[in-house]
Amino acid sequence: MTAQLISLFATETFEVPANIAFSIIAIFMVIAAIRVVTTDNVVHAALWLMVVLGGVGLNFLLLQAEFLAMTQFLIYLGAIIVLFLFGVMLTRAPLGRSDNLDNKQRPIGIVVGLLVLGLVSYAVIKTFGSDKLDFSAYDGSQAVAGNNRTQALSDAIFSQYLIPFEVISVLLLAALIGAIVIARRD
Amino acid sequence: MDPLLSGDIGFAEILIVLIKVLIAFAGLMVGVMLMVWFERKLVADMQNRIGPNRAGPFGILQTLADGIKLFFKEELSPAKSDPFVYRLAPFLALVPAFLVFSVIPIAGNFSGDNTGVVTIAGHETLMQVADPQIGILLVLAMSSIAVYGIMLAGWASGSKYPLLGSVRASAQMVSYEAALGLSIATVLLLAGALSTNLIVNEQAGGRWNLWMTGLVPFVVFLIAATAELNRPPFDLVEAEQELVGGFHTEYTALRFAMFFLAEFMNVVTMSAVIVTLFLGGPNGPLFGITGWVSDYLLPSIYFFGKLFILLFVFVWFRATLPRFRYDQLMDLGWKLLIPLSLGWFLLVATVQVSQDQGWNPIVVVTSVVVIGVLGASLLRLSIRTGNFRRTEESEEAEDSHMSPKDPGGVR
Repeated sequence: MTAQLISLFATETFEVPANIAFSIIAIFMVIAAIRVVTTDNVVHAALWLMVVLGGVGLNFLLLQAEFLAMTQFLIYLGAIIVLFLFGVMLTRAPLGRSDNLDNKQRPIGIVVGLLVLGLVSYAVIKTFGSDKLDFSAYDGSQAVAGNNRTQALSDAIFSQYLIPFEVISVLLLAALIGAIVIARRD
Repeated sequence: MDPLLSGDIGFAEILIVLIKVLIAFAGLMVGVMLMVWFERKLVADMQNRIGPNRAGPFGILQTLADGIKLFFKEELSPAKSDPFVYRLAPFLALVPAFLVFSVIPIAGNFSGDNTGVVTIAGHETLMQVADPQIGILLVLAMSSIAVYGIMLAGWASGSKYPLLGSVRASAQMVSYEAALGLSIATVLLLAGALSTNLIVNEQAGGRWNLWMTGLVPFVVFLIAATAELNRPPFDLVEAEQELVGGFHTEYTALRFAMFFLAEFMNVVTMSAVIVTLFLGGPNGPLFGITGWVSDYLLPSIYFFGKLFILLFVFVWFRATLPRFRYDQLMDLGWKLLIPLSLGWFLLVATVQVSQDQGWNPIVVVTSVVVIGVLGASLLRLSIRTGNFRRTEESEEAEDSHMSPKDPGGVR
């Protein structure tokens, strides 16, 4: 996100509508992200997290990465937070505030958060810092010719990045089997 | 991609889009109203009753009357509820139902070289509100977001029965989404695209996915869709004998009306999705006619005819089939539908590849069937072993009843 902002402000292709939309989404996301950790109700925290992850999806839409946006909605909103909520409701389902949501690890949390922020910002700026974002790159005639972005993405995954993709699949399978092994009673 | 939006966008284009949105919205609302009446009337006929017959001819305005009644009722909210989430939940249920309908093509000529493009006042466009590249993923994403409405409604009511209903609902919808997605994947394999317009175009000339994919994905999708909609025989969410009214027990007036509306709207949109995916959408014989008859009239007659048949099937299910038990529901989803649709997906993929490579079709199909049978029997063996162990365990637990080692583990 930082690199996007920097590159946007540094270049001449400053798209006003896209930037206004991005700013609004970003403000909502930051507020929601803070509320996720400060709210004293587990279900509200999950709902604020929903706003954050939905905002990521909307940012993908702004960049015309429709496939990524829909995958974001499908996986993060439709599956992961639903599972969070499901777990909460299956166990306690507390209405109102809970007292035991906070603990004494705030300093460590702040340090780790800043470290991760620094690392990610460095990596993103180092990689994409000089790239110009082009919001109006998409041309409808390309889709008709079969040369669309979703297809480009799938071609890349299944040719150039096939081995990383398969490795991640095996990792997920291992996690799945591990979960079954832990959950089994005998 | 809609050809309307590929060039410069002026006032006329925006106006056309607005008109399309308005028509889709109004049409869907009227369709839902008629659907509620149709369901009540048809179920009444099947049960040898009269059904609604007071408001308007054949009671057709009954839904409107009910809607007005609910509109003027007092909004109650339970004392122990979570106010904001309690108010938010009905909207979360209603909005996804609307959005799904925007990617459904309801008319347009798909025969020959035509791709469903119609011309309105000199502007080329498609007869659907939007045609994003990721069309069918939008349907999946919205159907998974629809879980929130039900889940949060049950939780925010601050009452035990709605909570149980919503936990049931979310478990059911999450489980059946997998089967839903896998049977859609088979269709996408044939179409080679995610856009609903291209999927319908692929089925032109009688090449409907219903038989092109070999019937199994259609049956799996129909069952999974019924479960996803929480309709009978999978309506454990609101099993009256067990849970009072399920997740919307504590809702009254307009908020209840929104849940009711969302439920029936989901039935209509899900049927429309099935028509698009498996029954060729607005495809049908056009008898060589051109002009507005082949662009609008005949395709929309075909589309709504197919839609009507599917809606009839859903009502028929409701009037005929008794409710599933919860473990039967989960067994059906996880142990039958998901393996079946996954195996069928692999079969169709193999046949596609072998056609491309020119392999011997008999050898390919035989080996795939042999592998499939082997896999199915392995799965069955593992399920049976699991069941056997579980019964053994519970017998042991009963034997050692005098000194329970793990009181929390006894089910």
